Amino acid sequence: MEREIVIPGQLLSENKTDSGPGTYVKDGKVYSLLYGVKNTKNKISVIPFTGKYIPSPGDYVIATVIGVTPSNWIFNISSPYDGLLHVSEYPRRVESDKMSEIMGVGSSALLRIKDVNSSMKVELSMRDRGLRALDVGRVIEVTPTKIPRIIGHGGSMVSMLKKKTNCDIFVGQNGRIWINGNDAEMDLLNEAIELIMKHSHTSGLTERISKFLKNEDDVVSEKDGTVLEDDLVVDTEDKYEIREETRRKVDTLLDDDN
Amino acid sequence: MQTKHWRINMSDKPEKFIDENGLRLDGRRINEIRPMKMEIGVLSRADGSCYLEWGNNKVLAAVYGPRELHPRRLQKADSALIRYRYNMAAFSVEDRIRPGPNRRSIEISKVSREAFEPVVLTHLYPGAVIDVFAEVLQADAGTRTAAINAASLALADAGIPMKGLISACAVGKVDGQLVLDLNKPEDNYGDADIPMAMTSDGEITLLQMDGDITQEEFKKAIEMCKDGCHEILAIQQETLRNKFSKLEDVEISDDKENNDVSALVESELVSSEEDETSEDLASIEKGEMEDDVKDAETEDEVESVEEQEDSFQDVDEEDIPDDNGEDVPEDDEETV
Repeated sequence: MEREIVIPGQLLSENKTDSGPGTYVKDGKVYSLLYGVKNTKNKISVIPFTGKYIPSPGDYVIATVIGVTPSNWIFNISSPYDGLLHVSEYPRRVESDKMSEIMGVGSSALLRIKDVNSSMKVELSMRDRGLRALDVGRVIEVTPTKIPRIIGHGGSMVSMLKKKTNCDIFVGQNGRIWINGNDAEMDLLNEAIELIMKHSHTSGLTERISKFLKNEDDVVSEKDGTVLEDDLVVDTEDKYEIREETRRKVDTLLDDDN
Repeated sequence: MQTKHWRINMSDKPEKFIDENGLRLDGRRINEIRPMKMEIGVLSRADGSCYLEWGNNKVLAAVYGPRELHPRRLQKADSALIRYRYNMAAFSVEDRIRPGPNRRSIEISKVSREAFEPVVLTHLYPGAVIDVFAEVLQADAGTRTAAINAASLALADAGIPMKGLISACAVGKVDGQLVLDLNKPEDNYGDADIPMAMTSDGEITLLQMDGDITQEEFKKAIEMCKDGCHEILAIQQETLRNKFSKLEDVEISDDKENNDVSALVESELVSSEEDETSEDLASIEKGEMEDDVKDAETEDEVESVEEQEDSFQDVDEEDIPDDNGEDVPEDDEETV
């Protein structure tokens, strides 16, 4: 499986049926639209290195109230477009004048995107399992295109982080991550997430983060990352092919802990 | 371009622009560009940025967006607006220039913006804006083309979808001969100056001309410029590829969509157990949740959860009249 950095306008395929997200077809050939990494599973797609979150229906997001109107909360969803949460999409019946008491400007919430129309009016919903206003924990912001790395293969990374740090985690597709636990654990998790962001384009990440968390478990206050950096450099030998194996190793590591 | 706003003293004009060996004042051949150096991601607050040095030109480009556009009356309903600001720093030339937009910089901003409009996929971001700032820190002829080359990389660095990179270069005429990429004396005292910007396919997106040349010369100038832009494109591509060159084992999860859903559902389940905001909801969920947790193999989990979500919502919808979304506060916002 080859991973290649591609740039806008680069020819990716002579066959127009290969065109996936992040590509376009011109004269029957497929070209890249973005600066990112080529992914050749089924169709050719390009995953950008950076980019803004563009809302799409069904996404889970972490949003912050920026305004309250008589029938809607207006949310910042860390995107060029604001989201609207209608009172009827709140799990309970709410009187108009009580809206600010329930969620005022500055409150955060876990929400789901219900619909996005062609002029990018974003409708949000809280009528779904687990969705709620947030009153504890922290929200960390990362590049939305790197969210898949936080989640990991089949959710391996996020479940590992959860078990190792005893924190609750909710990953929003808009690049915001909500974490909740005790302060030391949250600090550690925050560091782990920063590390994932920094090394998001390398392989064997789950295992390395697992190691990172293990080393720090004893001495949470020790924030010296230099030694760990060296470990990471050595580990870059791991190539993509052995990732399956790595994953299994992680699973066994996790089992040992429980 | 013959009357640049820095002082031109005709007595400074060199006697000859091209020597008997066919070399120009700075030692280049007629079809050679000045040495170019680029770096991307130099600004941390911008979404994309690029610093470029081209001969003695120094240009910094920054891209912000797509982001919300204010004032709202400028919003385009079906596409993003591109704003391009070309600006020369007061200290970019020998004689201090008055800071702020002037006739020349406003014109350059307009034509440069139009050089990018054919390649940027603005229709993906209706109502938003993509801001491009090109600041000339040190000027030495050909700053608009330098700014375009830098802005092109800054746009790519910002993750903005483009059909291809834009490269720009100028051709001019000195001593009756066409030369590529004018330097300052050639620009100031030459007979013609033709800056051009083009896509990787050689489709011209910007063309300006100043001075006189014949039709034949013009055709030749375009060909020369194509070669120059091709060379610049190669440098731009190399700059982009080299940023991550030492990290070649790039990996991104294959079945991205599936992963997202399963992991998110999982994290919700855990967190919703402490949910206190909606008690009646939580009680309904708990019964279902236990089932989910038992067969927590990712694939099954996703399916079962999604089924239940549907049925769950059906029940809910009966309680509250389905009047959502109709009276959204668009009016409120516009009157503000």
